[in-house]
Amino acid sequence: MSVLAQTATTSAGCPQPGPRVVQERGQREVFCGLTSIVWLHRKIQDAFFLVVGSRTCAHLIQSAAGVMIFAEPRFATAIIDERDLAGLADCNDELDRVVTRLLERRPDIRLLFLVGSCPSEVIKLDLARAAQRLSVRFTPAVRVLNYSGSGIETTFTEGEDACLAALVPTLPASDEASLLVVGALAEIVEEQMRRLFAAIGIAPVAFLPPRRAGQMPAVGPNTRLLLAQPFLAETARALEARGAQRIAAAFPFGVEGTTLWLQAAADACGADRRRLHDAIALPQERARRALAPHRAMLAGQRVFFFPDSQLELPLARFLARELGARLLEIGTPYLHRQHMAAELALLPDDVPIVEGQDVERQLDRCRAAAPDLTICGLGLANPLEAEGLATKWSIELLFSPTHGYEQAGDLAALFTRPLRRRALLRGA
Amino acid sequence: MQLTLWTYEGPPHVGAMRVATAMRGVHYVLHAPQGDTYADLLFTMIERLPERPPVTYTTFQARDLGGDTAELFKRAVRDAYDRFRPELMLVGASCTAELLQDDPGGLARALDLPVPVVPLELPAYQKKENWGAAETFYRLVRACAGPAAPPPDMPRPPGTAPRCNLLGPTALGFRHRDDVQEIRALLERLGIVVNVLAPLDARPADLARLGTADFNVVLYPEIAAPAAQWLRRTFGQPATTAIPIGTQGTHAFVAEVAGLAGLDPATVPATPSRAAWYARSADSTYLTGKRVFVFGDATHAIAAARVASEELGFALVGLGSYSREFAREVREVAKSHDLDALITDDYLEVEAAIAAAQPDLVLGTQMERHIAKRLRLPCAVISAPVHVQDFPARYSPQMGPEGANVLFDSWVHPLTMGLEEHLLAMFREDAEFHAGAAPSHLGAAAPEPQHLPVWSAEAEREMARIPFFVRGKARRNTELFARERSLATITVETLYDAKAHFGR
Ligand code: SF4
Repeated sequence: MSVLAQTATTSAGCPQPGPRVVQERGQREVFCGLTSIVWLHRKIQDAFFLVVGSRTCAHLIQSAAGVMIFAEPRFATAIIDERDLAGLADCNDELDRVVTRLLERRPDIRLLFLVGSCPSEVIKLDLARAAQRLSVRFTPAVRVLNYSGSGIETTFTEGEDACLAALVPTLPASDEASLLVVGALAEIVEEQMRRLFAAIGIAPVAFLPPRRAGQMPAVGPNTRLLLAQPFLAETARALEARGAQRIAAAFPFGVEGTTLWLQAAADACGADRRRLHDAIALPQERARRALAPHRAMLAGQRVFFFPDSQLELPLARFLARELGARLLEIGTPYLHRQHMAAELALLPDDVPIVEGQDVERQLDRCRAAAPDLTICGLGLANPLEAEGLATKWSIELLFSPTHGYEQAGDLAALFTRPLRRRALLRGA
Repeated sequence: MQLTLWTYEGPPHVGAMRVATAMRGVHYVLHAPQGDTYADLLFTMIERLPERPPVTYTTFQARDLGGDTAELFKRAVRDAYDRFRPELMLVGASCTAELLQDDPGGLARALDLPVPVVPLELPAYQKKENWGAAETFYRLVRACAGPAAPPPDMPRPPGTAPRCNLLGPTALGFRHRDDVQEIRALLERLGIVVNVLAPLDARPADLARLGTADFNVVLYPEIAAPAAQWLRRTFGQPATTAIPIGTQGTHAFVAEVAGLAGLDPATVPATPSRAAWYARSADSTYLTGKRVFVFGDATHAIAAARVASEELGFALVGLGSYSREFAREVREVAKSHDLDALITDDYLEVEAAIAAAQPDLVLGTQMERHIAKRLRLPCAVISAPVHVQDFPARYSPQMGPEGANVLFDSWVHPLTMGLEEHLLAMFREDAEFHAGAAPSHLGAAAPEPQHLPVWSAEAEREMARIPFFVRGKARRNTELFARERSLATITVETLYDAKAHFGR
């Protein structure tokens, strides 16, 4: 802990309320933004993600997608080769050729994302221009957009942020008062939320991203924007630039987070608080019942978060306040203080938040603290298990429906399962 | 630019990681952006290694690019040395850092570390994983064994057992660990001492002793061939060429090794496998002429082609490999079966070839397993790229006598069993053998996918009368036939026209 304490004192001026935030630099053990494609391509069903990158990029997505080799995935990589680099082939001509071949194969595609990578950015391949050019060529059948998922610009979930931000300029304009929920959610969660908003009396409600390219929600000065995920800084900025007003709220994880989130939406949209309470009474009660057995297992357990998805703060808040866990350290790849204001206010004061990463030093701290549960990426989980620590891989927190009341128990179960399993197994 | 859905091989620095991770006392500093750290999960999640790979990534970001990424690299090397105290360091760049041209080798040398530093130049826009592993192993062998060369042709003192090196196994290899155990035991039964096993479990100091063996056993030419060639040139060590896969492959390997070790052939113990007897047993007659499609790395694909045709009596209907470096060898084998080898790393091309060949069994990689699943064909995995299932908990080598047994089991079990095949055909009206039923040991089958040409009701009824295990093939052949002739409707006539057309 000494290293951390040292760094902390250097940034300590006059004491501020809330947890202390320490910045750390060193080796990061985090995916790049390309990884978001693994869930985004399932979400927008007629979109295709074409990474313009290297064999490494192709291998990363394939490895992150793991066993999920789909019939015909809606993502692929245009692998840059030495001919492109040596100027023997014109990168733009090559890209046009690849896109044409792809769209011939996949007439069902309505929206094509050209996704930038580290190599495409270092060689300054202008994907924005390419997207414009190709959009003109393939209009009206296919719209072509671009964003960066590169590891030099984005971590993991920031790929979703960049993708959604790229959609914003294409959204139709409207002056109608509406609520726009932003962040890729499981279909089942989206439906639950639609029902809740209807019961509360908030309408119309739209979701970004939509399930199909043809169903883009409208945006304008009377759009209230409600973030469902904590990592959507650029998307929020782009929507605000189009006049939308962000509703400041905690994130909808756990009973408390979901309630605060709905409450903020209800207040901002001028809905009746009593109606809100009537609408959420039952699901709240159900969720509390679902959490009870998990609370019994997690109360007093010491939890350590490695940085990964930017979900760390809301999840730590959920673990601490609803499940009674004790937080040892919350690592996060990036801390957006404004979007996280409500979360920071709810977190206990004595928990160090570490923004950025030096994975070796963090591992030293983790080992010294010997947590009961460590939330970390796939690369670290088994080595820590082998050292005797119980782990939860964070990627699952993005792949499973975790938002809202009905999923609160499932979310808690993701954390208790490793502990339950350890209690079950004999003869290790 | 190449459009790629799935890749058979990762980038070359992943090959280098496979070598570094297999060894002891080696640390690899890779100039790379943060996303490239995904490669750790290949080792910790797929192979379930209990330790992180010995790799430090510089994880430079866009904001570092304007500044000094070279300084960042030097700091990473120094910190990694101080923390891990390796006996040798590898340094290199991944695809992005290659474009920065920071010269990792030069930078690391300038640090004057007290251990050898081996720079790796792995052209990421040109080469792939296996090449990267081979190049890394070769560089390591040269760096470590070069200075320690004994005088060539030093005669072995009388009474000493012949010694060999066992070369090629790496981390993330397809059954490498089990193959090593099997072949080491086989060599020991022959009275041959394994001098150095490498890269797996070897330290840099072990590589320095490579020159003291009498010959080299090359288990995986994709990885060990360049190193073995250099050892031949430098120390005059001959190397094996027989691959001990299958009963015959094992015999040929034993004969070759015995020759290199100067053993009296009469004293060489037999290496019987149960598989050879099983293949001759009465129950196996139904395996005769089963049509197999083989795809994998060159070594495993060539061996599988031989085992399938000569040891199981299958008919080879397709052979291919993604190992372009060994295209010539694969083509030769294919030719001997009157086939054109499929040399490609384009997954879609492989899928099209399998769909066209309509085999009874696919022997391939995890990619072909997915293709086969989609085409509803039985499949067994014979080669990398690997998946978590390719690291079974049980002992499951591909090489040596036990490897031959493993091949028999894992290739034959996915097929419809002998008597069951007949029963299903005889009693296809039985409710248990209804239209969608799969062989009892293979679980339930998914519903047939939708297809373009329309089936007339009468043709559908006719189709239902065809035994299910050829029905998928019959359906696809008929549809292909109809599409080629632009027939909108498939009648009973079309069905039998197609049958006649495709009949073998
Ligand atoms: S970090 Fe960069 S080079 Fe590596 S996979 Fe991600 S985008 Fe590709």
